[in-house]
Amino acid sequence: MMTSVALVIGIPFVSATALVLVPGYRASAAGNVLAMFATFISGVSLLFVDAGASSYFIVDDMNILFIILNTLVGFTASVFSASYIGHEIETGKLTPLFVRFYHAMFLGMMGSMNLALTANNIGLLWVGLEIATLITVVMVGIYRTPSAIEAAWKYFILGSVGISLAFFGTILIYLAGQKALGEGASAMTWSLLQAAAPQLDASLLNLAFIFLLIGYGTKVGLAPLHAWLPDAHAEGPTPISAVLSGLLLNVALYALLRFKMIVSAHPEAIDPGPVMIVMGLISLIFAAFMLYQRRDIKRLFAYSSIEHMGLITFAFGMGGPLANFAGLLHMAMHSLTKSAIFFAVGHVAQAKDTQRIAGIRGLSVTHPGLAIGLAAGVFAISGLPPFGVFMSEFLILTTTFARAPWLAVLPAFGLLVAFGALLWRLQDLLFGEPTEPAHKVRASSVPLMIHLGLVLIAGIYLPPILVGWFERAAEMLK
Amino acid sequence: MNHAYDVSHLLAGLMLVASFALLYQDRIFAVLNIFAAQAILLAMAVGWEAWTQQRPHLFITAALALCLKGIVIPVALHKMIVRLGVHRDVEQVVGVGKTLLLGLALTSLSLMLVLKITAAAESFTREGLALALAIILLGMLMMITRRNAVTQIVGFMSLENGLILAATGARGMPLVVEVSVAFSVLIALFVFAVFVFRIRERFDSVDVEALENVRGDTK
Repeated sequence: MMTSVALVIGIPFVSATALVLVPGYRASAAGNVLAMFATFISGVSLLFVDAGASSYFIVDDMNILFIILNTLVGFTASVFSASYIGHEIETGKLTPLFVRFYHAMFLGMMGSMNLALTANNIGLLWVGLEIATLITVVMVGIYRTPSAIEAAWKYFILGSVGISLAFFGTILIYLAGQKALGEGASAMTWSLLQAAAPQLDASLLNLAFIFLLIGYGTKVGLAPLHAWLPDAHAEGPTPISAVLSGLLLNVALYALLRFKMIVSAHPEAIDPGPVMIVMGLISLIFAAFMLYQRRDIKRLFAYSSIEHMGLITFAFGMGGPLANFAGLLHMAMHSLTKSAIFFAVGHVAQAKDTQRIAGIRGLSVTHPGLAIGLAAGVFAISGLPPFGVFMSEFLILTTTFARAPWLAVLPAFGLLVAFGALLWRLQDLLFGEPTEPAHKVRASSVPLMIHLGLVLIAGIYLPPILVGWFERAAEMLK
Repeated sequence: MNHAYDVSHLLAGLMLVASFALLYQDRIFAVLNIFAAQAILLAMAVGWEAWTQQRPHLFITAALALCLKGIVIPVALHKMIVRLGVHRDVEQVVGVGKTLLLGLALTSLSLMLVLKITAAAESFTREGLALALAIILLGMLMMITRRNAVTQIVGFMSLENGLILAATGARGMPLVVEVSVAFSVLIALFVFAVFVFRIRERFDSVDVEALENVRGDTK
């Protein structure tokens, strides 16, 4: 187990250091793709080794899927990034010097997310998320336009306050575990904390969970702590938007879930469910309405990410095997679909020289290939069958309806509102009189097709082995 | 043994006083001086913990706090302000009186909350934790009520001071975390510095309010 874990974390960090030394952008883009592919292979290799936990790292049913998803999307995003960055250099938006650091930071970010996902020590988990946050801050500001700097500053301030509160929560968890597990590293080891959960100090756990919810919740983008998210998505390079939405939000939510497991295993601690239901619903409905006012295509899909993160948090708040199953499935489906949409949006913005929706019309005439990809992505994310997102949303709504019929009305309402907004905007983008300019772009459609293909397959037929994992992970979540 | 608590509480209390002092300064250099004093107090508090808890590795954290946050960062910020010609007054969003009242409310909130919740726990970390939480909240308050980028940075670092105080007060918390915190402060400063320079380049001021006009989603 340890070799695979070491590879998943080590390959990105080592290649990041190496890529700083590579001058040409073609060579470093190729190096990036290669390193991410190697990471993906070592991620998959985790399937063939025994699960287990050491004092610092853990591989279990809960995180193995997230690791593979993380390395897969990281790999496809690096392929997309190679063609995207090529165009940015040709148009002079980025200089080769920046691109050198861009690739190194991309790998560093992937490595630190893998570190957070495999960590068994809650301090290490925090370190992984902290490094990933700091790196993305720099990447969001990489264009150095006034709005990019504003976005990065906002992200930095909110992100660091969030991450600091999460650290205070981590200290409180340690204090809660100190009595039962003794001083030292064992009271920070997640698997030991989870096993000894009923003996932990209940009131300290409660306080800790509130800090962790607000802290990591900021990183998940839950309303009202979401203010950084749309700006950061809109102003950074599009491969970063894809990775932010597809992966970093998931990793932050994953961290929150690990702590939820500890808290809900304690009979006298607060029930995290209702808090998460309320926060999830607020994010879902708020973001759904905000979708109607968006004028910027990347902001539009950033708000859609808030909406889906809200729905997922709601599902985990409901709890129970079925809702947890649906929540985990939705995390995977959203991650694949949303990054695919950003792949399409990146090329659309390059073809039209703008991110303003008003400046993008008639894509179906000028760029039929991109239009089809974007339409498929938007159909998938708005929850139309036969895509996988439909299945997970359907499961969330039916299980909620079975247990609390009146509560199911709210998420259903939010999803319908968002559905309307997305299709309305999609129609604007695809049809009508084509706007100038309409450059030709060398779009790499393979990453997009892989993602949407997987989402489609998951919607039609979910292999039993995958179902098994989701079920076991859902079981762990209670 | 009581002696050990008295000293650590004295130092933590002085740090809290420094947090309050940060709230009512109207000159940027005074803010930097008080922040340096708070960092030196933190170094003393951590050093005292290292001595009484017999955990020599904590001296590393103390040394980092002393050198980096007590000396290097304030001096660097001082030089930067002089070189960039930023105006030296602290611009406040909320008046001093209101800010101090809010600070008092936050302090009593954290004292009541932590002391009540940890009532069952052993007493040695209780008061330290309550004071640390108060320092963290005051750091946040400072970030909110100040407009200037430099004072926001100082607010954030003062918040981190509170975090380190809490982490060292928790007995036996592993070194990994302490080093990582020290490290993150370093990285944070690096990032911050880069941004300050970039902001300067674009706006001829380190006033974050200049950024407010740049909203991406224009109608």
